[in-house]
Amino acid sequence: MKKVLMPLAMVATLALVAYVGVEFLKLQFIFGVVIPYTAAVLFVAGFLFRIADWLIRPVPFRIPTTAGQEKSLDWIRRNPIESPHRAWEAAARVLSEVLLFRSLFRNIRAELRKDASLAYASNKWLWLGGLAFHWSLLVIVLRHARFFFAMVPGFADFLDHADSFFDVTLPAFYISDAIALGAITFLVARRFFDAKVRMISLPTDYFPLFLIGGIVLIGVLMRYVVRLNVMPVKDLMLQLMNFGFDPPGEIGTLFYVHLFLISVLLAYFPLSKLMHMGGIFLSPTRNLCNNSREKRHVNPWNSDIKFRTYSEYEDDFREKMKKAGLPVEKQ
Amino acid sequence: MAKYAPNLSELKKELDEKPSILKGNYSDKEWWDLPVEFRDGNWCFPAKPEVIEELGFPNPRKWAATDEDWKLPDGWQKIISEGLRSRLKKYRSLKLFLDTCVRCGACADKCHFFLGTGDPKNMPVLRAELLRSVYRNDFPLAEKILKGFSGSRKLTAEVIKEWHMYFNQCTECRRCSLFCPFGIDTAEITIVARELLNLIGVNNNWILAPVANCNRTGNHLGIEPHTFVQNIESMVDDIEELTGIAVEPTFNRKGAEVLFITPSGDVFGDPGVYTMMGYLLLFHHIGLDYTISTYASEGGNFGFFTSNDMMKKLNAKMYHEARRLGVKWLLGGECGHMWRVVHQYMDTMNGPADFLEVPVSPVTGTKFRNAAATKMVHIAEFTADLIHNGKLKLDPKRNDHLRTTFHDSCNIARGMGMFEEPRYILRNVCNTFHEMPENTIREQTFCCGSGSGLNAEEYMDIRMRGGFPRANAVRTVREKHKVDSLVTICAIDRASLTPLMRYWNPGVGVYGLHELVGNALVMDGEKKRTEDLRENPMAGFEDGEDDED
Repeated sequence: MKKVLMPLAMVATLALVAYVGVEFLKLQFIFGVVIPYTAAVLFVAGFLFRIADWLIRPVPFRIPTTAGQEKSLDWIRRNPIESPHRAWEAAARVLSEVLLFRSLFRNIRAELRKDASLAYASNKWLWLGGLAFHWSLLVIVLRHARFFFAMVPGFADFLDHADSFFDVTLPAFYISDAIALGAITFLVARRFFDAKVRMISLPTDYFPLFLIGGIVLIGVLMRYVVRLNVMPVKDLMLQLMNFGFDPPGEIGTLFYVHLFLISVLLAYFPLSKLMHMGGIFLSPTRNLCNNSREKRHVNPWNSDIKFRTYSEYEDDFREKMKKAGLPVEKQ
Repeated sequence: MAKYAPNLSELKKELDEKPSILKGNYSDKEWWDLPVEFRDGNWCFPAKPEVIEELGFPNPRKWAATDEDWKLPDGWQKIISEGLRSRLKKYRSLKLFLDTCVRCGACADKCHFFLGTGDPKNMPVLRAELLRSVYRNDFPLAEKILKGFSGSRKLTAEVIKEWHMYFNQCTECRRCSLFCPFGIDTAEITIVARELLNLIGVNNNWILAPVANCNRTGNHLGIEPHTFVQNIESMVDDIEELTGIAVEPTFNRKGAEVLFITPSGDVFGDPGVYTMMGYLLLFHHIGLDYTISTYASEGGNFGFFTSNDMMKKLNAKMYHEARRLGVKWLLGGECGHMWRVVHQYMDTMNGPADFLEVPVSPVTGTKFRNAAATKMVHIAEFTADLIHNGKLKLDPKRNDHLRTTFHDSCNIARGMGMFEEPRYILRNVCNTFHEMPENTIREQTFCCGSGSGLNAEEYMDIRMRGGFPRANAVRTVREKHKVDSLVTICAIDRASLTPLMRYWNPGVGVYGLHELVGNALVMDGEKKRTEDLRENPMAGFEDGEDDED
């Protein structure tokens, strides 16, 4: 329980900090300008650092996990995506992971049944939940572009329309909000109720889920319940985009809580497992071609080792070899 | 076997009744609070001091996993910590795989050791966390700021014991990496963890003794050149007795076209020797100009399970010998990890092999462009090409006494991607081939449970559990299709699936693919065949009877 409650309490505390800071201490400038700038800098610098920190380390061997037939004889049908032979095939493999979660789609559940027998069943819930979670968040983030540009970009407009397809509330209800909240609930619930996942979960697994959940929840509250005036929000965002330092206008406190939690997320991002966002592109078991017998792969640190040569071997066994009729180099 | 293997009915009862996390029982204990208990059958004997000394490895001593004090060297924490630091600089995979795991749990029930033991620390994610938790404590990763929050812990002697237990309950089979959304490969973690353990003298005799042997005599079993030749010559006699054909292998012969290298288990161990007899018949059948080396007489490479340097050192002999003998290219026998090393490591480590030629089959003229750099062809690719071009005279009826299924070796499946060639061959040399359930074959194949140097007798308890998912899949086809022969293309499989079948599925035999090829080959000038290479009677070829149709 502690590993669930601790991160939950942390997120609640963070929200409270922003609320108290703005509502009572009137620190609008700190929470509206200073902290977001700081968080953005930490995010960009930290993200780049982490990626660079991976990139400087060599990939000594070609170690793709082959999940399909390699290229071999001409008449044997190969699998270009699961066992890529050319660079673009490997790129397609990585993209299938990034965009469609290919490997998770493969997921199966093993069950130990009576009479010690194992059965396997397709289990795509994690794939579905993960995909729903990531894609809805992406849509939500892109949709927010309307706050960052004076002229709303075309894609943001388009997403807005598509997302509010079910025009049942006022303002129009976003499907992505519902999907995101549903997916987060599912991902938290499975960490808690699936015995295996419960055991492997750490506070650092719950924390980002609660944090993102909190951000989405407050966003939903602002849109449908509290009904914030968005114009000063847009003014503030446009200002931040132009690196301005004017104090923000009259905005409801809830917005500052939303913004503060996002700032925390941004700053926390490079320090955490959330870096899987960059890591997925670099995974050597996915982004390398399975052609290491055809094309030489160079290891920059290939260590210089001394092996036992044939002549040393023959020196040790010459008499025995001669007796057995084996040819020898020296008599 | 009896001493170290669990009692079958008790193990079945345990699997049926004992609550485990696999069946959804949450113990309410955190994994780092679960004790590590060594008992008979769940630990491999440590390397003997003389083996350690021969290899020049650190900390030779007498000890056992069940000892309270493992006599670790002074400053061992520093050795591990610095060892990890230097390996993090050498392998992007290691750093990336330690950093990016989100603990989604997709890998949890994919490991054969987890399915067979129900031990939570056998979930691949937790196996990696054993190292990850220490890494987070020691390295300036920012999660370090909030200890306890990020699940980090100090490196203690207890952690070393835990590493020794669980990094030896991983066969580096990569099944988890198939299901991981980030491709995290626990084999990469295990490889490094075992390297680190070797630095402080925590090791396995069943790995290091073959390594020392291989270095000295050229093969894992420590067979000296004259004995090596004698062994093969006795096979030649057996072949002549069975078929009337005198095959003529040559040894260390300069100027041969092809150097043939196979795991030494094929030369020495039952049932590997029957596979070797199959090779010899095949090469005779097509008149291949080949030679076998007593110096490079090992296809396998237990250095791979020891350290990167040791893998390179043992593997170097292949090219060294090919150059000395002046052959044109290399042909490799049936083996799992050998092919992971040859396919993914050899050219990088010991190449370029520019003194060799791009392999061309002398019989069919096929150019093996897929081996253009490494210049080593897998026997299954070679034979499939022969069959496809109609160069072999085969009578699949000669395997009618066997009802077969095929076990994909983990390394061939997930470290090379060869699925079709062996199946093509099998369909051409026998009439009954039934696949095991789809989630247990091809890229999803289960390990035999004894790979990566864990094939030790004293490890039988863990091996029988680790092999349980494979055995269970065989049971399915045994019940459904009366399958009685498990065909494989791996020497460790041949050695380890045999006791596994005896334990879980008595009556199922284990065969090498080329043993079946050898059975089916119709040789020029052969005498009437009534027995297979094991001297078991073939169905429909009994003495005095004519063929049925």
